[in-house]
Amino acid sequence: MSRTSNRLLAVVTAVVLVSTAAACGSSGHGSTKGAGASGSSSSSGLSGEITVYAAASLKKTFTEIGTQVQAAHPGTTVRFSFAGSSDLAAQLQQGAPADVFASADTRNMAKVSGAGLTAAAPVDFATNTLEIAVPPGNPARISSLRDLTRPGVTVVVCAPQVPCGGASVKVEQAAGLTLKPVSEEQDVTDVLGKVVTGEADAGLVYVTDVKGAGDEVEGVEFPESTAAANTYPIAVLKSSTNPALASAFLSAVTGVQGQRVLASAGFTKAP
Amino acid sequence: MNPAGRATRATTRHTTPRLGLPAWVFVPAAVGALFVVLPLVAMLTRVQWRDFGALITSESSLAALELSLRTATASTVLCVLFGVPMAVVLARTSFRGQGVARSLVLLPLVMPPVVCGIALLYTFGRRGLLGHTMEVLGVQVAFTTAAVVMAQTFVALPFLVVSLEGAMRTAGTRYESVAATLGARPTRVFLRVTLPLVVPGLVSGAVLSFARALGEFGATITFAGSLQGVTRTLPLEIYLQRETDPQAAVALSLLLVAVATLVIGLTRGARSAL
Amino acid sequence: MSLRAELVVDDRDVAVTLGLRRGETVALLGPNGSGKSTTISVVAGLLQPDAGEVELDDRTLVRAGGRGPAAWVPPHDRGVALLAQEPLLFPHLSVLDNVAFGPRSAGVPRGAARGRAHHWLAEVGVDELASRRPRELSGGQAQRVALARALATEPRLLLLDEPLSAVDVALAPGLRQLLRRVLRDRSAVVVTHDVLDAALLADRVVVLEGGRVVEQGPTAQVLARPTSDFAARIAGLNLVRGHAHGETVVGESGLAIAGLADEPLHDGLEAIAVFSPSAVGVYREVPRGSPRNAIRGVVTEIEPHGHQVRVRTEHLAADITPAALAELGLAPGSPVVFSVKASEVAVYAA
Repeated sequence: MSRTSNRLLAVVTAVVLVSTAAACGSSGHGSTKGAGASGSSSSSGLSGEITVYAAASLKKTFTEIGTQVQAAHPGTTVRFSFAGSSDLAAQLQQGAPADVFASADTRNMAKVSGAGLTAAAPVDFATNTLEIAVPPGNPARISSLRDLTRPGVTVVVCAPQVPCGGASVKVEQAAGLTLKPVSEEQDVTDVLGKVVTGEADAGLVYVTDVKGAGDEVEGVEFPESTAAANTYPIAVLKSSTNPALASAFLSAVTGVQGQRVLASAGFTKAP
Repeated sequence: MNPAGRATRATTRHTTPRLGLPAWVFVPAAVGALFVVLPLVAMLTRVQWRDFGALITSESSLAALELSLRTATASTVLCVLFGVPMAVVLARTSFRGQGVARSLVLLPLVMPPVVCGIALLYTFGRRGLLGHTMEVLGVQVAFTTAAVVMAQTFVALPFLVVSLEGAMRTAGTRYESVAATLGARPTRVFLRVTLPLVVPGLVSGAVLSFARALGEFGATITFAGSLQGVTRTLPLEIYLQRETDPQAAVALSLLLVAVATLVIGLTRGARSAL
Repeated sequence: MSLRAELVVDDRDVAVTLGLRRGETVALLGPNGSGKSTTISVVAGLLQPDAGEVELDDRTLVRAGGRGPAAWVPPHDRGVALLAQEPLLFPHLSVLDNVAFGPRSAGVPRGAARGRAHHWLAEVGVDELASRRPRELSGGQAQRVALARALATEPRLLLLDEPLSAVDVALAPGLRQLLRRVLRDRSAVVVTHDVLDAALLADRVVVLEGGRVVEQGPTAQVLARPTSDFAARIAGLNLVRGHAHGETVVGESGLAIAGLADEPLHDGLEAIAVFSPSAVGVYREVPRGSPRNAIRGVVTEIEPHGHQVRVRTEHLAADITPAALAELGLAPGSPVVFSVKASEVAVYAA
């Protein structure tokens, strides 16, 4: 290779590396925009937009709360990025820009607050407990947690490493049972999916998932569920570019209206 | 020609002629190569080497590795058993609708893996197209290792078919014609002439299929589920480890890369000996 | 008749009838695209005719087009071996295994097949190459091995498609002699456009032009007294076609050539006048003298021909010495007169 092309190659490589490094700050995941207006600043003094990173199980409820916030403060926009809590925590640790973080468990929030990324101490705003989901008609006749150990019943749970899986383990221990699931899924949506399609006779999901799935599944409550409640914390992030709006959102979540929305979805109040 | 009547041929020390490539070609080639290699380097720098050994030899890691190797091998075998006839039919016959048939065969290449998994579920799942029939026969596919093999075969098959069909079209049919006039029946022609002549294409196709099967994630997790030792292959294990132990995830990723590189390297070595 | 072939292939515009006696070698001559390879392919079973029938030793190999029940014997069952221009030796097999391929396909056990292979390799003179791979052979060696491979199948009919065209000019004579020996008592069809192949190998010649048979007959006769343009050209002869007037042939363009005829020809009969280029004298103007034929023309080409020079006009050729050429000062485009004695011109019925 000639000298000129050697030099050219060095220059191009440098350019590529620099631009990659520059672009490395950005994040990206399935983000949804809350249905809101844009344009002039509001009369209440709040304006601009925020990005909320929230656990996947909060999708419906938070989207609704976001709409309420935008309605209360015209001209503001609340954007969301819903994903698995540990994915979000990892992104935030890598420097993803967000204003608010709501996690499905305290462990992932601890990763973020422990890294000094939260503006103040996280606030618990809801808890979620487990429920057994079965296909419509309950073909395997499940009525209790013990029924899941019946031979021939295909049970699907979350893997212990994810929040809903950790809860499943606790619940098993509390009941003194050992479940033999045919699959340990990556997240609760996958578990629900297997139940909805009839692949599994039963799955351990959150109360909110059962409610959210409507007619597609039936729920079977069990008393041991109280042994493992996932507490959901929320926090404004230090890197927020719009702390006023971010705090407003947090207040909306912990406030009366927000709590009502959460309750109707199946969440219970934080302790 | 020397007195022994032996034709002279190129010396075995490969003296490649200076081809006169335009110099600028190397620039985008190098950029592309860097683009592929740098992420690998980035991973290498993140690994904590003192924990590496423990991480990749943990019970779940070994189970995932063993399962991955077992299923990927089985899938590759199936890809060869089904893919060779498919490639032969596509390359050597012409029938109406052949273009459509070819597009259908290549469909798993363009479908997102998760969609592939969903499609498999709708076919072989309990409530799928063949679900009832299979239940009656007492065959349960979901959540089994067989399902993993099916998912991997589904996504890896097009690689073998495309590689081999290309090789066969290039090879042409002259040798087959000669063999026929020498008295060889179609089966003998196929086994003794057609296949041996496309072994390089077959091997490349098989290697590609193996690599694809090894790395398969979306279809597996959707169709087969995830259970240690049964359906949790190495990619699934890596994804799960990301939740709690990113270090383990990186270590296992490097293990996967190493295994794939080893397999490709070995087959390349075998091929040049052919 | 050992081979009876009548075939029509529409999309190549070929309609050919071919016959062969047992032990006879026929040369199939013709310009490129005249249908020679098509004919061979049909007889070998590599191409299906649209109509016609091919019979070998009283066994129908193919029948199509409604003259009777349709029939088709696949190529591997015909007992017809094909040797093409390129040796096409199987690259993944040794020379010995290549030659043994035919016997092995017939079910002969490996040891016996290899023995036969050695025999035929020795017949063609390359037994010492038995353990080599095809890529190590020269063109001539490979073609010999290919011949051995075809012969090892002990075919009822051997088809050779321009067997020497891809072989080094220096090696061709040796290979031709080998073929001469091998084909002596064998039924074979040799496709060629080389007159030497026809002359040395074939008992009979069939000439194809435009997908049709235009001439056939014993080799010596066709080459000495060709009735088709192609045969004349490769025999190196001048040919003028027209109608007889006494012993003169008058061509369509009005060209009249006087010659000698063996048998009487009545006026108006289609006739051919043939004479050798070496019997032609080249002049700048019409000469005065005994030769009765003086044909005007314009030089189109001048090419070396052995020790002499061949001067071509549009339809005719003349061989003169280089010195004569220099004296005349000819170049393409020069007007010339070709003169030839009537006694050098053979006239016969077309």
